[in-house]
Amino acid sequence: MVKRLAILDANRCVGCQLCMLACSERLGYAGLTKSAIRIVTPGGVERGFTVIVCRACRDPPCARACPEAALKVRQGGGILLDPSKCIGCGHCVEACDIGAIRLDPETNKPITCIYCGYCAEFCPHGVIALEEVG
Amino acid sequence: MGRDWIRTLSRVLYIDLAKKSYWVENREDLFEEWLGGIGVAVKLYEEEVPRGADPLGPENAIIFSVGPLTTIYPMASKTIAAFKSPLNNYFAESHAGGRSASAIRFAGYGAIVIRNASERPVYLIIEPERVRFRDAGALWGVRSAETVGRILREVTGGAGVRSILRIGGAGERLVRYASVMVETFRHFGRMGLGAVFGSKKLKAVVIIAGKNFRIPKLKEYREIHREIYELTRGPGTKKYHDLGTAANIISLNVIGALPTRNFSSGRFEGAEEISGEKLAETMLARRVACVACPVACIHLAAIREEYEDEKFLYKTEFISYDYEPIYALGSNLGISDRFGLFKMLKAVEDWGLDAISTGVALAWATEALERGIISENETLLHLRWGDWKTYVEAIKNIVTQPNEFYQALALGVEEAAKKYGGEEFALAFNRVEPAGYVTGPLYFISLAVGSRHSHLDSGAYSMDQKLFSKGEKLPAPEEAVEKIAEEEAWRQVLNSLVICLFARAIYTPDNICNALNALDYDFTQDALRELGWKIYLEKQRIKREEGFRPTELRLPERIFQTPTPLGKISKEYIQRALETFEKIIGNST
Repeated sequence: MVKRLAILDANRCVGCQLCMLACSERLGYAGLTKSAIRIVTPGGVERGFTVIVCRACRDPPCARACPEAALKVRQGGGILLDPSKCIGCGHCVEACDIGAIRLDPETNKPITCIYCGYCAEFCPHGVIALEEVG
Repeated sequence: MGRDWIRTLSRVLYIDLAKKSYWVENREDLFEEWLGGIGVAVKLYEEEVPRGADPLGPENAIIFSVGPLTTIYPMASKTIAAFKSPLNNYFAESHAGGRSASAIRFAGYGAIVIRNASERPVYLIIEPERVRFRDAGALWGVRSAETVGRILREVTGGAGVRSILRIGGAGERLVRYASVMVETFRHFGRMGLGAVFGSKKLKAVVIIAGKNFRIPKLKEYREIHREIYELTRGPGTKKYHDLGTAANIISLNVIGALPTRNFSSGRFEGAEEISGEKLAETMLARRVACVACPVACIHLAAIREEYEDEKFLYKTEFISYDYEPIYALGSNLGISDRFGLFKMLKAVEDWGLDAISTGVALAWATEALERGIISENETLLHLRWGDWKTYVEAIKNIVTQPNEFYQALALGVEEAAKKYGGEEFALAFNRVEPAGYVTGPLYFISLAVGSRHSHLDSGAYSMDQKLFSKGEKLPAPEEAVEKIAEEEAWRQVLNSLVICLFARAIYTPDNICNALNALDYDFTQDALRELGWKIYLEKQRIKREEGFRPTELRLPERIFQTPTPLGKISKEYIQRALETFEKIIGNST
């Protein structure tokens, strides 16, 4: 079955960013800015946290915006990146209104979620989980 | 040994506030020998701050440092700040979490050194490839540290991966125990870093992450990382996770160790009302974590308040609480009104003061007024135990300093008592107002001899409690000193890595070695312990050179009058302990 990352309850988030660290570490890096998932505050921690991650749209605007067809629509929703085709134009970033795609300044290619669920393994508070696309 | 990891950590960013210049130096020499965190900070302090430096002069430096494990492993979440303290004129350190540690590490630095002073108000934006010196003219005079953060969030960029350190009115007005607020609700609270910022006309430092580093031995790393992660979610951190440090209110009060009304008693009749249990039940609104910490010990209360001048117009404010501020502004001032306690806490946060020092200073002032040593001519207010509204005004006065009395109080309780009297009940150790424990003699010994006069130097309050709960006799003073020094030496390792001390039971010499070795280090447990002692002695040596002599320390008479769970404290016992300390440490430094 095709899976995607689901945000179960952002109110449970404590802002530890262990998911972000895990996402970077999946690629072998220590850091925060290569992560495909992001935790930000809407203006101060007292207002809680916003979890920003690809929601695996059925008809993803980012893929349609890509002039090089580097973003393939995945069966069941979501996208798959072919980095060899990507020219780093950033149209996908513009197209995603939830802000789930950013360009990695070090590679100038988009950072995309691959729906592996590694981040969810390190979420201590049940904010995110990998779930089957219904 | 691979060098990549240590090389990324060894970059030290130097900033000169007078020349508005900055540069990066590779200091593998320091990070190789002293690991990171406090180890490296001590050495940088040696290089930067000359003996006899005025803590509020341009010759003082502000040093921030992180360590090899910083946010790569769970709960390795703290930043060390080292500087000369304007509160007691000695080498000082203060630790904070929030996002400070990850921001510094992933901005690409192991340490940041801020030299000199700016002529006019300035704030810094530190990014991976540059430092921006921004005119802080518009921010200077913004008295609430919270507001400063709110403004900077909008203008600096880096949402989610930045840290915002800033001062409020107290730092600008050089209150010697002004704090530096980190994000919201975390602080470099103790020892007056806020005043050092103020003296340099430095309103804020924003640090933005952007770098990523290859993890050297990924397979080994994943194994040990997961092992530690599971431990941080276990029973070892449950207390911090559930009620937070506020859980201590009841447990200390029950045994008679909760400082009440200026340490005149260890029991507070209103403890229940301000307990962690009661706060969780009535006001807890959210829990928050530092980066890489699954525990989320930061407890935020929401207080809802109707405006006096308009019915049905409400505001809701969030305030973080912990054991120490509750003791200092609560039981120690006879406050059992939760709402009032939070109004005081909010004032302390906004002005950017250290909650412990503020509470202890006000407790002394209240008692001095009660005893007629001073009058309302000095205090300008009728300070009374439990009267939070008046205390909120007094907190403001510490910052605005409308008369000589508050000018003195802003220098710390010891200075104020020296001028006005009542030294016997002015609670300070080496001029530092203590954290909240009347557990027994070991704690007070640790405050006297600890390298930062902090309860966290060695956790001796917990040694006292263990003696009490096991019904054991006090160790000989010589033995007590050894125990305290040994624990403090080990904590230098944790503070060099830099691991939150709430994880002190989780990180053992064994798993620390594994964690380090996955990053290409080559450490043995013995080498770690040895390094801990080396750093500890280095800190003690510096303090001695700066003039510190434990046997000459003024001990407030009050601690010998108030009964503790281990009985009344014997002066002779403490004296012998201090003499032993003087002999051991004096000889080895």
